[in-house]
Amino acid sequence: MLNFLARRLAQLVPTLFFVSVLIFSLQHLLPGDPALAMAGEERDPAVIEQIRKLYRLDQPIPVQYAYWLKGVLSGDFGESLRIKAPVRDLIAQKLPVTLQLGSMAIVIAFLIGIPAGIVSAVKRGTAWDYGANLFALWGISTPNFWLGILLIFLFSIKLNWLPASGYVPLTESLRGSLASTILPAFVLGNAIAAILMRHTRSAMMQVLESDYVRTARAKGLSERSVILKHAMRNALTPVITLGALELGTLLSGAVLTEQIFSIPGFGKLIVDAVFNRDYAVVQGVVLVTATVYILLNLVADIAYILVNPRLRG
Amino acid sequence: MRTSAIRKLGLAGLATALCLACDAGAFAQTTLRVGIAQDPDILDPSIGRTYVGRIVFSAFCDKLFDIDEKLNIVPQLALSYETSADGKAMTIKLRPGVKFHDGEPLDAEAAKFSIERHMTLPTSFRKSELASVDHVEVVDPLTIKLVLKTPFAPLITQLTDRAGMMVSPKAAKEEGDKFGLHPVCAGPYKFVERVQQDRIVFEKFADYWNKDNVFIDRIVYQPIVDATVRLANLKSGSLDLIERVLATDIKDVRSDPNLVLATAPSLGYLGLTINIANDKNKGPLSQSAKVRQALELSIDREALNQVVFNGEFTPGNQWVSPEHPYYQKAFPIPRRDVEKAKALLKEAGVSPPITVDMMVPQGSEEQAVAQVVQSMAAEAGFDLKIRTIEFATSFKDAQAGNFQIFQIDWSGRIDPDGNSYVFMHTKAPQNDGGYSNPEADKLMEDARLVNDPAQRKAIYEKLTKILLNDEPIIYLFHRKILIAHTKKLEGYRSMPDGLVRVVGLKLK
Repeated sequence: MLNFLARRLAQLVPTLFFVSVLIFSLQHLLPGDPALAMAGEERDPAVIEQIRKLYRLDQPIPVQYAYWLKGVLSGDFGESLRIKAPVRDLIAQKLPVTLQLGSMAIVIAFLIGIPAGIVSAVKRGTAWDYGANLFALWGISTPNFWLGILLIFLFSIKLNWLPASGYVPLTESLRGSLASTILPAFVLGNAIAAILMRHTRSAMMQVLESDYVRTARAKGLSERSVILKHAMRNALTPVITLGALELGTLLSGAVLTEQIFSIPGFGKLIVDAVFNRDYAVVQGVVLVTATVYILLNLVADIAYILVNPRLRG
Repeated sequence: MRTSAIRKLGLAGLATALCLACDAGAFAQTTLRVGIAQDPDILDPSIGRTYVGRIVFSAFCDKLFDIDEKLNIVPQLALSYETSADGKAMTIKLRPGVKFHDGEPLDAEAAKFSIERHMTLPTSFRKSELASVDHVEVVDPLTIKLVLKTPFAPLITQLTDRAGMMVSPKAAKEEGDKFGLHPVCAGPYKFVERVQQDRIVFEKFADYWNKDNVFIDRIVYQPIVDATVRLANLKSGSLDLIERVLATDIKDVRSDPNLVLATAPSLGYLGLTINIANDKNKGPLSQSAKVRQALELSIDREALNQVVFNGEFTPGNQWVSPEHPYYQKAFPIPRRDVEKAKALLKEAGVSPPITVDMMVPQGSEEQAVAQVVQSMAAEAGFDLKIRTIEFATSFKDAQAGNFQIFQIDWSGRIDPDGNSYVFMHTKAPQNDGGYSNPEADKLMEDARLVNDPAQRKAIYEKLTKILLNDEPIIYLFHRKILIAHTKKLEGYRSMPDGLVRVVGLKLK
């Protein structure tokens, strides 16, 4: 197990290096020019020249990359061209927000998706099954931004129960924080719940037809115990992996949902940075997201082993 | 027994909590929550470049002068100014007793420091605005003198904006180009905190020179990009004021009994910049003024305004709107005349269809304008190929001359010079179309030298005549500043620059 962990962690380094080279080169393929983008409406050539010099934008890309890498190795992710703040601080500001929103969304997804999947597998062919499938179809095909705006109209304008947008940090007020994130978390969770439901359903149906479940039933175990104790454990293994990967996607920022609800997470940070050609910010966020994604993959693998004893050893 | 004791304690606690809430209610702080359309860039008046940043500056960074609703110059941190007879020196008297947020006094030394900082900081975008200033002299502790290289009429209006903002020398020296992360100015509110893309918080400055007119304790600016969501927040009561309401939402705001819509004519324009000298393909538009005139004649500006903006904006044909003091009434908006347009094309010796590459920045309103123009111009024989492009790329393409028409949306400046010179003077930084006419150059230069409005207007009249014939830019319309706020907010003044003046605002 330890060996496995060490090997996987060692793989992290070359992967991240590759990701950083890739994103650095891809960014420079974007049309436009960071110094010009920064100047915006006011294009004073002398100042633009100064900006290029100051941020080494006039140097060849490999040289720029070398400078950046040197900084990262000493813990310095560079500074935002647009607001002069260190990228490290920006990431530290956003990461908790994205973590909170992502975890809430994934909890909601599991709470809805798994029971719905189990029910529809067990009550296959009944109204329950059709209802759950209909929900899944709706969840997958409803665009996030549209559902978000509908929810704002219902809960914020008509009923006035929840704030329409904005974010309250957990440290400020637990209640306020939950109120400000529950709608976007639901929007995100709902879409993932639909995917989880479909996977739970098919995995569960496979397991329910397997020999050991028949044996368990033959032994006279109650249906409840067969489903919850015997069948579910096996069926959930692939679903857990899927959930972990979905969480990884959530943590790389939910661009549209964050935009609609004005949640200051990774998604908004990176989109603004791309539009403003704020290279250092894009670079830093991608690196952190890639790390989180790879680590979550690792966690999923470990969870797999823990749930399924046959993989140990 | 025990449980009931606990319950009693709990109730007592709850009662205390409620009581605390009551007390807090009695001495409640008032907070103004403002929804802005983008996350501003750095809050340093020397380095700042965005319009939305200027909205936020109004809360905490006073300027030497301000404008009123009619674009008159009024005192703010300065009391008065005087330009010497030869126009080469401006003496400015400062308001006595003004303090920065860190307690430092605003005196002549500090004012000199601020202006010099705008002029010398390597990444300062104020350099060109203050390019006419040679150096700054301290005359006495409350008087400075700007010594100019050449007379420059628009200088005073620059001092009503970022170039006139005063920063605490102590803080600016300590922080260098990071000053904008913790800005220290002399405005009504002082900076508390900023969370990127989430909020910028200010609190009332106790030693503000005009503190008797500051009634709200805190201001929170929240960037909300989506205009629909911004409005939804205002309606639900999560915000008190929002900027940049969509023209198509005007009816909705007016019909809401809790909301007020404040409008003012904007200083900017939306126009079509024609690539004249940098067009690599040498299309007909670049070759002949007649073709450009034909394009203008094919457009019905009022219909455009009706279709895209429900008639809420102001059609225009000059770089200032028809409501502006410098608008030349002798040159009214031409009526649409497709036949005449066709005749002009014939005279120019070009035969339709005339294919044109039209570069249009992203945005639903921009797209709608481009499409209406496209269909109108088609009737005269133009085939406008709309090429949508995001902002960062559009500036690059504009500079490289990679367009035949560039649909531009200029936010506008107080002095008409800021709407004309940089776009049409030969080799000016934003003259993307490479227009060059020595006669026009001379007039634009002359207009900068005289301070008397009547004399300037006479110069601009000659300039208008030339430019409306050469058509380096076809002006289409002028936006309105659209700000919506709740009825609870009192004392809001609509300003033509669209910036929210926070002094005098009250929350009921």
